[in-house]
Amino acid sequence: MLEVRDLVAGYGGVPVLRGVSLDVTAGEVVAVLGANGVGKTTLNRCLSGLIRPGAGSIRFEGVELVGQDAADIVAAGLIHVPEGRRIFPNMSVLENLELGSYRRARPRRAANLARVFSIFPRLAERKRQFAGTLSGGEQQMLAIGRGLMAEPRLLIMDEPSLGLSPLLVEEMFTLIARIAAEGLAVMLVEQNVVQSLDLAGRAYVLENGAVAMSGPAEALRRDPTLMTTYLGL
Amino acid sequence: MLPLDIFLSAMANGLMMGAVYALVALGLTLVYGVLHIINFAHGATLTAAMYAVYVAHAMLGVDPYLALPGLAAIFFALGYLVQRWVIGPASHGDDSNILLVTLGLSIIMENALLAGFRSDTRSIDVPYGFSVVEVGNLFLSTPKLVAFAGSFVVAALLWLLLARTDTGRAIRAVAKEKTGAALVGVRVEHIYAVTFGLGAACLAVAACLLMPTFLVNPRIGNAFVLVAFTIVVLGGMGSIPGALIGGLFVGVVESLSGLYLGESLGQIGIFLIFILVLLARPTGLFGARA
Repeated sequence: MLEVRDLVAGYGGVPVLRGVSLDVTAGEVVAVLGANGVGKTTLNRCLSGLIRPGAGSIRFEGVELVGQDAADIVAAGLIHVPEGRRIFPNMSVLENLELGSYRRARPRRAANLARVFSIFPRLAERKRQFAGTLSGGEQQMLAIGRGLMAEPRLLIMDEPSLGLSPLLVEEMFTLIARIAAEGLAVMLVEQNVVQSLDLAGRAYVLENGAVAMSGPAEALRRDPTLMTTYLGL
Repeated sequence: MLPLDIFLSAMANGLMMGAVYALVALGLTLVYGVLHIINFAHGATLTAAMYAVYVAHAMLGVDPYLALPGLAAIFFALGYLVQRWVIGPASHGDDSNILLVTLGLSIIMENALLAGFRSDTRSIDVPYGFSVVEVGNLFLSTPKLVAFAGSFVVAALLWLLLARTDTGRAIRAVAKEKTGAALVGVRVEHIYAVTFGLGAACLAVAACLLMPTFLVNPRIGNAFVLVAFTIVVLGGMGSIPGALIGGLFVGVVESLSGLYLGESLGQIGIFLIFILVLLARPTGLFGARA
């Protein structure tokens, strides 16, 4: 479904990604792990068309995404729930969700809204509230809900557990597991190694802008070198 | 004290003028709220729109009110094109560049108008130019009443667009969270251009409503935009109700200070209040608290 090959990207001549290759196939949950600054967010920004990679290719369902703009990538069904949530603070929860279907799945807005509210009942309770007044966990739910409104074929989640209390992190992973269980392909980009490996079928570990390890999540969880690689020791 | 009737008629005149000020301020505040830039070409665009009304009437014989929908559409399109293919590309994403580009545009436009129309002051002659409506003891100018009502209709339409349509939601989304908007598939450059077009369309409407009772020369727009800047700061940068209420307020203040201090000192009241607001509430009446 998603095939990334030899992706090179950076900012103003400073390389961040040095040839990343990875795959996500339909219906699977793939974790992309790595410490701060290894290039996880840059990878996501390339995938969703926010920045243009220097070299390499990104094929999504057989179509080359490099060179397409963010709106076309959304239209193709690759939906990115960004780090830092990026919700619209000056608009109501309902309007945030409605905008989730701005480019895609607009005719089924009402049905998808009902579905998002059933996954996140808290959002239904607060639908008239300004999104900027929500708690961190609720804002994360809103960002995911907004992504689901576009009926993603592949959902990329960038650090959904960042800044949440341990209890909320637990809840967030449970919810993500529930969404994935419906057959949606998910690429989970996380620092939270243990929980991500519990959820994912396969995982990639990034280090210094390249894939350092990859394989079934089960195997990586038992791999004694994971922690040292992951921590960069 | 002056008789009550004179006071009331000054109030009414102030409100009617204030509504047009509000319309000019609306375009300015919308562009500021979304693109976070002051559009220095706003005044020159208003002047150009007023000349467009003048040309439509003097050369083609089209009544300003009939010209309104067409001119609004044309100015929307021009605003869209200028933002999308001139201001946007020329600014390279840097706000101070946008400022300079709009300033440059205003100089080009003003001088083109000066070259084309000379510095003469011109006006148009419409049959209803001096007609009045009697309300109680007051005689209100019909074209000014139309301008008052027209400004409110435009403000209401703008509000509906922003509140109820996906394009309006996208405009508000881009205003506060550009990256988030791009990630739901909003084309940010397109929304910028639409916003700029809406600002220009507001000016075309203002020009059509103004011309039956007003005059035009190549620098006329600046007089309005100076007042509009005051209104935008007064009402809160980027706030639409702020622009509307601020516009009416400033119109009344100008009219009443003209009444009590003499016509030529009419604008003193505006700037006195402006200074007081800046001292007491720098974010404006409806601005977000820092």
